[in-house]
Amino acid sequence: MLLIPCPWCGERHESEFTYGGDASPVAPVGEQEHKTSKWYAYVYERDNPAGLLHELWHHSFGCGRWIRLARDTRTNAFINDEESTP
Amino acid sequence: MQRYSLLSLARHALHDHRDWRRNFGGRPLKSAYDVVIVGGGGHGLATAYYLAKNHGINNVAVVEKSWLGGGNTARNTTMIRSDYLTKANAEYKEFALKLWENLSAELNFNVMFSQRGYIDLAHSDGQMENFTWRANTMRHRGIDAEILNVDQLARLLPEIDVSPATRYPIHGALYQSRGGTARHDAVAWGYARAAHDLGVDIFEHCGVDGFKIDGHRVTGVNTSQGHVSADTVVVSVAGHSSLLAAKAGIKLPLESFPVQAFISEPLKPVINTVINFNMGLAYINQTDKGELVMGGGLEPRNGYLPRGGFDRIEDVVSRIITIFPSLSRVRLMRTWAGIADIPMDGSPLLGESVVKNMLFNCGWGYAGFKATPAAGWTMAATVADGKPHPLAAPFSLSRFHDGYSHDEGGVGPTPSLH
Repeated sequence: MLLIPCPWCGERHESEFTYGGDASPVAPVGEQEHKTSKWYAYVYERDNPAGLLHELWHHSFGCGRWIRLARDTRTNAFINDEESTP
Repeated sequence: MQRYSLLSLARHALHDHRDWRRNFGGRPLKSAYDVVIVGGGGHGLATAYYLAKNHGINNVAVVEKSWLGGGNTARNTTMIRSDYLTKANAEYKEFALKLWENLSAELNFNVMFSQRGYIDLAHSDGQMENFTWRANTMRHRGIDAEILNVDQLARLLPEIDVSPATRYPIHGALYQSRGGTARHDAVAWGYARAAHDLGVDIFEHCGVDGFKIDGHRVTGVNTSQGHVSADTVVVSVAGHSSLLAAKAGIKLPLESFPVQAFISEPLKPVINTVINFNMGLAYINQTDKGELVMGGGLEPRNGYLPRGGFDRIEDVVSRIITIFPSLSRVRLMRTWAGIADIPMDGSPLLGESVVKNMLFNCGWGYAGFKATPAAGWTMAATVADGKPHPLAAPFSLSRFHDGYSHDEGGVGPTPSLH
């Protein structure tokens, strides 16, 4: 069980949140060429790192916002870095 | 091999059991092998065994960073069944179940396979219809399945609360009488012993730091005990598959999640089958020692910390108690977690990768233990024949490219939901 640092609400219980998964894949929307491999990578391929992971959480039973946080997947420690939601 | 039998037991008793030989290990790491298998769990060891047994390829090394069968082989809840809906999954698991039925004799090692039956509980008319559809599909494929009504279920399992007053009243169940459990450690040890006897070298505490790749072909493995050349490398490391794949520059379509399991104090026999509760997920069986083994869903976020929160324990136990109120005062003894590799469609990833001669056997998620013999069998055939075994072919790593996903649950490319 984690205490998740919501930038709007402070540290809240994990059960208030819905997991949004890895935040790093970006949809290749608006690309000129139709590149299947880019869509494949976006939908299916994951780094699945043992270490720092940027991920999305939805504070469903709180402020209702999507937030982006960085967590060490080996320790579950949240790390405040420049890519996290301020 | 020193065969195990009543006679050999009696003979060793004369020497006070002091002259049993070690069953595996003790041979030096060679500089080159035909096949190097990374991961000494049930799957890796079974692959080694069937390579030697079915295909005569015994210049094989199994390298394990820890001890044999210490990963997910030791952490699962040992349930075995083949009640799957999609053709590829059902045929694969049924092939495994048939191998399980003869495994102790095959390995001359008691894996304690116990066909005590598997019960999948339905809690609504909708679930009953869904299960009936699945049972009919299974029977159509020659797999045993029965639909039990509430009275039949209560006769089979007297402890279960089938009253309409329970929180999620039971409407019936899908029953597979050939399902059951096996002794997880014995599976790893039995395969290791039999593989060693056929000439396979097994190395514990031998981690893999990286791979030697020439062009797009793997030619060797850098282990903590030195470099080994290999014609073929099979990676069979469950939850850590992405990390080893990354060392070869491969991204896999899966994510790793901790899954918890826990065990109660030992009780006298109370639950005589394997039971799956389906309003939320909880499953339970009783070990031969008397402990109740329980588990549930994934931890709610991916990662590599093999530990879980109390929420999941409370969640599972509260569901179990709704159907077995008599267990409400039983104490839990231990909890643990394993790292499950959940693919984008929830079905395993088997066979060739983009690096030539580097094969993966991963993505088993929850379902790895029951598939152990079949995974070994089909991976060995895939290595030996140079083309996917027919049962493994639908689970190729490239299937997402081609649009052939096997989404048993129908939830889309979101590993956390499988």
